[in-house]
Amino acid sequence: MNKKKILFILLIVIALLPLAIKSNNFRHIMILFVLFAGLGEAWNIITGYAGQTSFGHAAFFGIGAYTSAVFVWKFGILPWYGLLAGGIIALVVASIVSYPAFKLSGHYFAIATLAIGEIILQVFVSWDYVAGATGIMIPMKERGLLNMQFHPRNKLAYFYIIFALFVFVLIITYLVESSKMGFYLKTIRESHEAARALGINTTRYKLYAMGISAFLTAILGGFYAQYVMYIDPFMVFPLSISMQIVLLTVLGGLGNIFGPIIGAAILIPLSQYTRIIFGGTGMGLDLIIFGLLVVVIACYQPHGLVGLIQNIRQKGVEEDERTPARG
Amino acid sequence: MKEPLLEVKGITKKFGNLLANNDVSFNVNKGEIVGLIGPNGAGKTTLFNCITGMYKTDGGQVFFRGRDITNMAPDRICKQGLTRTFQIVKTIKELTVRENVMTGAFLHTNRLKEAEEVADEILELTNLREKAEQPGNSLTIADRKRLEIARVLATRPEMLMLDEAMAGLNQTEIREAMELCLKIKREGITLLIVEHIMEAIMPISDRIVVLNAGEKLIEDKPDIVANNDEVIKAYLGEGYHAKSKKY
Repeated sequence: MNKKKILFILLIVIALLPLAIKSNNFRHIMILFVLFAGLGEAWNIITGYAGQTSFGHAAFFGIGAYTSAVFVWKFGILPWYGLLAGGIIALVVASIVSYPAFKLSGHYFAIATLAIGEIILQVFVSWDYVAGATGIMIPMKERGLLNMQFHPRNKLAYFYIIFALFVFVLIITYLVESSKMGFYLKTIRESHEAARALGINTTRYKLYAMGISAFLTAILGGFYAQYVMYIDPFMVFPLSISMQIVLLTVLGGLGNIFGPIIGAAILIPLSQYTRIIFGGTGMGLDLIIFGLLVVVIACYQPHGLVGLIQNIRQKGVEEDERTPARG
Repeated sequence: MKEPLLEVKGITKKFGNLLANNDVSFNVNKGEIVGLIGPNGAGKTTLFNCITGMYKTDGGQVFFRGRDITNMAPDRICKQGLTRTFQIVKTIKELTVRENVMTGAFLHTNRLKEAEEVADEILELTNLREKAEQPGNSLTIADRKRLEIARVLATRPEMLMLDEAMAGLNQTEIREAMELCLKIKREGITLLIVEHIMEAIMPISDRIVVLNAGEKLIEDKPDIVANNDEVIKAYLGEGYHAKSKKY
């Protein structure tokens, strides 16, 4: 079975699950799962494929969330335009901050992104125009797809919106991975010097990757704002969002299209159900468990769960090949 | 035949107080194989880095096809038709051999299909055709070095610079690598080769440039260089050289 087929079947299963299980709670978890899988895919473009570790993706998530929220709240513009505008603003911000940051290599780039994420959080906390730390309540509108509002909370509608956005993210990721750009990003990840000796303008391609990644992240952030209908800077800009994106992708498999899906399928239910079981006292327990998983995976299987699955499959193939030889 | 393709004029490179290259000048003519040799620390790799734009030079100029390429970005130099391989191989592990070569072929095309065709052609030339589907990390060191050459060949260079493409290979593999160099020459590609293995570099080179302590010692035909007192001294040191004369 090839990659495309597996992906297609996986998507159908994901799309049908919330129809089959009618619990609102389960649907909420499915929405978060698809949202975070999408965030992982977007992050994967700059970190998995291009090898530039970003710890600041919450910044783009937040920019997307704020743009679409401000559009509805201040100007009464449809959230869909807000999604697009958020993506574009994030793309511009990403290009401006990444250009100097790309002069840094390895760990220093990662630290720079960490700092940029924190700076943007502080800017929004003290920015009166977007209500600072008070946050923004998205006003109720007539329900329907256009306003992206479905009261009383129809989770299924939200699910299919995020599912469509997720498919969009996947298509973009797939196009990036299987084109000239994907080849170039992987070369850059291996070695900047080798890439340049092959005539690759490394800074330009890293900027492309960062721009696309930020754009997609912001669109998903825009959806998140419309879904929860209230945002403040600590909800959409915290380091913990950046870290969740990092952890779930690393657990699933860096630089692989299945990685974020597998990672999110473990992290999101884990964090939601520990919260249900342990309540407020269980805060952070999910991340403790998840952190342990990541440590174990990082020690024994650097390619994440996807790598583990590939290894098992490869072994199977080798055994299959050996059997007829004996007979 | 005698028109210079690459002109290196008075290249100087300092690292703090260390003079890694001091006023090095030489030409490489179209269609030649030029060997660049010298003891460890002579500044061969530094010179490579200066020519290909990886380092900013502290003096001197580099011309390629008559154009000044001094301190130009490496990717732009590559687009001019001059590129290089590295001492330490940089195979992309997750990609197959063919895909590795395609990364080079994309310089002249955006289409996957076209890049694949160029890659297959290069794989044929470099005798890697049977290994096209293997992942990069499954190759032996000899094949990896070969793949490095294949990858830069896919950018369709006019001149190729090889940095110790034969280090760590066994006798048979060295022979194959030498044959590959001659094959590349027959394709009309000019070569500048840094190499430590004298049995490999001497027979295939048209001319040899010897570097010692950052400076050019001599530039001549291989047999003349091999018998030059200065060169033998540089390699063996004063003491051993004196002894060798007794025999």
